Amino acid sequence: MAMLEVKNLGISFGGLRAVDEFNIKIEEGQLYGLIGPNGAGKTTVFNMLTGVYTPTDGSIVLDGQNITGKKTVEINKAGIARTFQNIRLFTEQTVIDNVKIGLHNEKQYSMLTGILRLPKYKKIEKEMDEKALELLKVFDLDGEADLLAKNLPYGKQRKLEIARALATNPKLLLLDEPAAGMNPNETEELMKTIRFVRDHFKMTVLLIEHDMKLVSGICEELTVLNFGQVLCQGKTMDVLSNPEVIKAYIGD
Amino acid sequence: MKNLKKSSKDHLITYGILLLVYIVAEILIKTGNMSSLMQGILVPVCVYSLVAIGLNLCVGYLGELSLGHAGFMCVGAFCGAYTTKMLQGTINNEILLFTIALVVGVIMAALFGFLVGIPVLRLKGDYLAIVTLAFGEIIKNIINVLYIAKCSDGMKVAITDGGAIEVDEAIGEMWLVNGAKGINRIPHLSNFTIGMILIFVALFVVFHLVDSRSGRAIMAIRDNRIAAESVGINITKYKMMAFVISAAIAGAGGVLYAHNLSTLTATPTNFGYNMSIMILVFVVLGGMGSFRGSIIAATILTILPEGLRGLADYRMLIYSVLLISMMLFNWAPAAVNWKKKVMASINNKTSKKGQVE
Repeated sequence: MAMLEVKNLGISFGGLRAVDEFNIKIEEGQLYGLIGPNGAGKTTVFNMLTGVYTPTDGSIVLDGQNITGKKTVEINKAGIARTFQNIRLFTEQTVIDNVKIGLHNEKQYSMLTGILRLPKYKKIEKEMDEKALELLKVFDLDGEADLLAKNLPYGKQRKLEIARALATNPKLLLLDEPAAGMNPNETEELMKTIRFVRDHFKMTVLLIEHDMKLVSGICEELTVLNFGQVLCQGKTMDVLSNPEVIKAYIGD
Repeated sequence: MKNLKKSSKDHLITYGILLLVYIVAEILIKTGNMSSLMQGILVPVCVYSLVAIGLNLCVGYLGELSLGHAGFMCVGAFCGAYTTKMLQGTINNEILLFTIALVVGVIMAALFGFLVGIPVLRLKGDYLAIVTLAFGEIIKNIINVLYIAKCSDGMKVAITDGGAIEVDEAIGEMWLVNGAKGINRIPHLSNFTIGMILIFVALFVVFHLVDSRSGRAIMAIRDNRIAAESVGINITKYKMMAFVISAAIAGAGGVLYAHNLSTLTATPTNFGYNMSIMILVFVVLGGMGSFRGSIIAATILTILPEGLRGLADYRMLIYSVLLISMMLFNWAPAAVNWKKKVMASINNKTSKKGQVE
């Protein structure tokens, strides 16, 4: 069974058909790329997958569970975590607290337990600290655990966002332009990180990207979106050599 | 881990300062070195500190501007005083009486916080401020037309038409709430000690709340609502939690306030728009997110006008100048840098000393 199966997904904003007849099938453990020119509707697809927008038609099935039209919080609980095109961290909180917020539903105790500092509070906070540090170590962020998130350099903020998403223990990780604003060295490192995340956490990854080096370097399959419609789908090498795709990107 | 230690150390310092202030004030009172004017101001200082702590939770941690906290204070004050009046004859232990009034006042304020929160927390920014502002005014106006009396043939309630109820005090009937005349002859149950205990309890609650799973969720919503949703945080639940606790603390302040007066009325000066703004000034001046700062600002700004009374006409002029200087001292970049330098040099000295020893 596929990890994610999207059928005939579409959304209209008033008279504008932003995405139409979008189909995608991602197997477990796959690194899948979603590419396309600016305004093609890639982020709109992400927003539908994560419940920010409710699709006008079509269905989304995650690991056998129909999540079409559910709310963001429920979709996260069902197993989709994401990062954002323009980084959205909890800037005024520490790096470790950002990850601990990601653990919000994994490790629970009630408000009263927190206020009265019952034994359960100590136990779970300790578990949270350990789990969060473990995650930070994976991304080489454990040295900055007590820094405020806003004081991290750009590349590390991206990594922290991925760490936070992974803390929610997802089945599918959505990365929205992870390499945006990175220099070639940082991109190189990011590629390693993404591959590592897939192998280490046995994660299925769907990413939006403009950086062709990154896309051709790590994605196994691609879907190209243009004007809200799927232009081409298949193995990365086949897709990138498709004349239609080249035309959409570079023009005639 | 270090961070956790640092924050709990910070909390201990706050508790320590408060305890010290309490002891010094008590000694001054016992030895007769505190003027009656100052003694009279101690409970109001506690009241405003409490309400400021409550509002700081809402503004500083939840990130929502509420201009209606005087309204929650008003609910707490009237429900608390009403309870005391009702139970006055049956319960003679003052502390027990106050505790019951406190519980009722806090629960009612929390309930109103919840009811107002249902529509209000769907709004953002200015709209939230406008609706909470209106709430504060509405509460005050409702209480001004509410008449409740304990008569020989049971309780009588009227709205606007107070004349319809006849109260004969000679046969033991009495007004509980007498419209614009408010609640009369409230037993004087508040004192400085109770006020300080309430502040300690409020601090205990907010410090521990902020430094827990729920507190992190609340701050996550403040920092980035969309990201908070994407990691599975129930926005409505945590917004409501912060707002209700905030209202409840303001309610506790109200109960304390009510039992410090013999006659409680809802006027624009004590529960109106100006009071809500005043509390917001305490919070902003003391620093959003700093409960200790709220208490300090509330204390200074409550004592100042009284202390300046001798200056008669120039009182408000000097008050405003001091307010602006405090603001500059707290927030102007030059002043902030200077404070950092001073703190760093102090830290250096103490750490050096430690090494020598």
